[in-house]
Amino acid sequence: MIAEAGLAALWLGAALCALQLVAAVLSLSARVERSRDTFDTAPGGTSLDFARDERGLSGLIRPVAVAQAVLTALAFACLIAVFITVDLSVKLVVENDGVGRPLMYRFSGTWGNHEGSMLMWVSILAVGGAAVALIERRLEERTLIATLGGQAVIGLGFYAFLLFASNPFARLDPAAPAGQGLNPLLEDPGLAFHPPTLYIGYVGLSIAFSFAIGALVTRDVRPAFARAMRPWVLGAWIFLTIGITAGSYWAYYELGWGGWWFWDPVENASLMPWLAATALLHSVTVLATRDGLRAWTVMLAVVAFSMSMIGTFLVRSGILTSVHAFAVDPRRGSFLLALLILYIGGALALFALRVGTVREGSRFDVVSREGALVINNLLLSVILGIVLIGTLYPLVVEAFGDKISVGPPYFNATAGPLALLLLIVMAAGPMMRWRREQLGIIARRLIVPALVLIVALVAVKALHPAIGLWPLLGLAVAAGVGLASLAPLWGRNLRRTPLHTWGMVIAHFGIAVALAGMASDSAFTQERLVAARVGETMAIGPYRVTLANIAPDFGPGWTALNATLAVKRGAGAAYELHPLARTYWTQGTQTSETAIQTVLDGQLYTVLGASAGEGRWQVRLWWKPFVTLIWAGGALVAIGGVLSLLGRLLRERRNELRKAEVWA
Amino acid sequence: MKRQLTLWLPLAIFIGLATSFVLGLRKPDDRLVPSHMIGITVPGFALPAIGTDISGLSAADLATGKPHLVNFFASWCVPCAAEAPQLQALAAQGAPILGIALRDRPADMRAFIARYGNPYRKIGMDPDSRVQINFGGSGVPETFVVDGKGVIRYQKIGPIADSEVGDLLAALKTAS
Repeated sequence: MIAEAGLAALWLGAALCALQLVAAVLSLSARVERSRDTFDTAPGGTSLDFARDERGLSGLIRPVAVAQAVLTALAFACLIAVFITVDLSVKLVVENDGVGRPLMYRFSGTWGNHEGSMLMWVSILAVGGAAVALIERRLEERTLIATLGGQAVIGLGFYAFLLFASNPFARLDPAAPAGQGLNPLLEDPGLAFHPPTLYIGYVGLSIAFSFAIGALVTRDVRPAFARAMRPWVLGAWIFLTIGITAGSYWAYYELGWGGWWFWDPVENASLMPWLAATALLHSVTVLATRDGLRAWTVMLAVVAFSMSMIGTFLVRSGILTSVHAFAVDPRRGSFLLALLILYIGGALALFALRVGTVREGSRFDVVSREGALVINNLLLSVILGIVLIGTLYPLVVEAFGDKISVGPPYFNATAGPLALLLLIVMAAGPMMRWRREQLGIIARRLIVPALVLIVALVAVKALHPAIGLWPLLGLAVAAGVGLASLAPLWGRNLRRTPLHTWGMVIAHFGIAVALAGMASDSAFTQERLVAARVGETMAIGPYRVTLANIAPDFGPGWTALNATLAVKRGAGAAYELHPLARTYWTQGTQTSETAIQTVLDGQLYTVLGASAGEGRWQVRLWWKPFVTLIWAGGALVAIGGVLSLLGRLLRERRNELRKAEVWA
Repeated sequence: MKRQLTLWLPLAIFIGLATSFVLGLRKPDDRLVPSHMIGITVPGFALPAIGTDISGLSAADLATGKPHLVNFFASWCVPCAAEAPQLQALAAQGAPILGIALRDRPADMRAFIARYGNPYRKIGMDPDSRVQINFGGSGVPETFVVDGKGVIRYQKIGPIADSEVGDLLAALKTAS
């Protein structure tokens, strides 16, 4: 019953989405006609019917968008309900059931599969549209209607994809006696947070996309438009940042490979929208403050969400080989590809046709805040291009009959140096004034950070002569840029510094912190694989680790070998770590549960492998100095985003209140 | 006019991209992805046996000081049956072959061995391809040369042809 209710709600949501589109198209064309008719109609209105109609239609659009979101969210709630109650007459539940698993994993299992995650995708899209309909008051009404129309166009395609090619509510008749169980790797709190945050980020970018479409349709690309769009971009970007950071940490501790980024196609699929959104975030600021970069900003808004859709396509079509890939179905791939071509192709064609008619924005000097932001945008775009090429290169080469695979060496060697360059621009940019800046002033402001950079370079090289070039540069740049990113606070009254400036400083500082973590991890990580007997002691980094015991253990759905590792650092007190080698009895799947000790200067990462025979056990140990800075940096970036968003919203609210006072 | 043309550039790039997607989707699923793991130690694993007569397989069986051939195969895989004679030939010439059966059932595996012979010293069941992923493999059949320390040295994607038996023996020799 719940499944049918969910399916019905989804169909109704799709119907309302269609209505939203029709209302948008009609009311926009009606407005065009009315503006043509204005001179023919007597004041007081003989065309009353027409006017009422038009007002009715555009008045309809906001409530319809909200109702659509309510229905689709209801459908998603129904799916969660059948997953929590483990309704084995629903096909999707049978394929991913959580019988006997804790409530939390039955709940998060809802989106641990293709159909469920796709429904979540569409729900977020609908809720995002409703949020625009409810909250957005700054945008010109016509542009808003066009934006909601754009949102409806995107929605319709994905509703169709769900209903015709990925129905999550399909029944199984007769019901199955038992399910196939959830993938144990997904049985982790990470699944509850990582996909939803990432999806809010991905799909949130659809709002920027729709804004761009709306602006192109009405030819309204002005600072007011950019100011309206900025908080939405910032919101989506914050969630993307959190999602990527959380996903990286999740992969790090769950997969047990000791790495935090693998340049896997699906990871790249999340990185590319982030790069585009980061560029967009900066160019939208130029448009909002200086009325420059009009066409470029619109372009980026289109590209950012296009990257989200390409990512969705890559993950779900099985076109690239990846550890993340969902169950592969070529029909779904073709369906998504058709949507992709329609939306991205359509948006880019609209861009080419319309943006030429948008008046060019203001001009500026090369050495200026705008100039730095343009360089930032170019570098981000080039990195985006590199990641895109690296991800798709195997596919393109294959079209010519060759088979290759692109790995981390390519990405590190190409994107790495550009990222360092980008960081230096990031340090210098905020020190510049808008419009025009004197090179000498900037050079003087950069002296202290540059000195810090050089000192760090020499010091690290002296302490660790064997360090590689890139980790060395990474550490030095992190030190210099970390300091320089705090510069906008120098000589300011910290209490009076606007919140969004704090946000920028913290986010930039977070990038430097993350870079320090990455460089430190790649330079100083130690790894040992030991076939150890019980009682044997291994040395790693500053630690001495003794395999004290191996004991059987069990939990919901699994049995395990539980190793007791007695860990001692220097003269400190010993404590225990318990890595597990789990076997899930429903699928016979084996996973290793890492045990990680986090200390101030890094992490001790331990994994228990299989029996090595003759009473020996495989134990894998890593000592990773300062690795946690990677995710701490990511968190700082997200916090910076939140502060910036709050600052902008509060300031706007204040301005509105002030305006209201003036009028009163 | 020049500006007008640049405005169409993004669309042109996207059309190129979309074309490669279309070609990629239409191609049959025969992508060969070479392992990233060559030169790297195989991560630990322990796979159950199909019964009591042939033992299962764990990473420790690789780190014995002597090189091995590790063959990923499956009873449901037609090319695997096709390469069976070549594997027999390799075994007859003394190559130590270890099998990893992907997404298979013990009963089907027994039937497969009964029909095509057993060149394997040990066979581990890898029901969800985890070990295959750890090897950096992507398809079936696939054969790896792993040296005595458990480091992957060579990868043969797809069924072993008659002419390739010598290559594999040579790769085994260089690995020791």
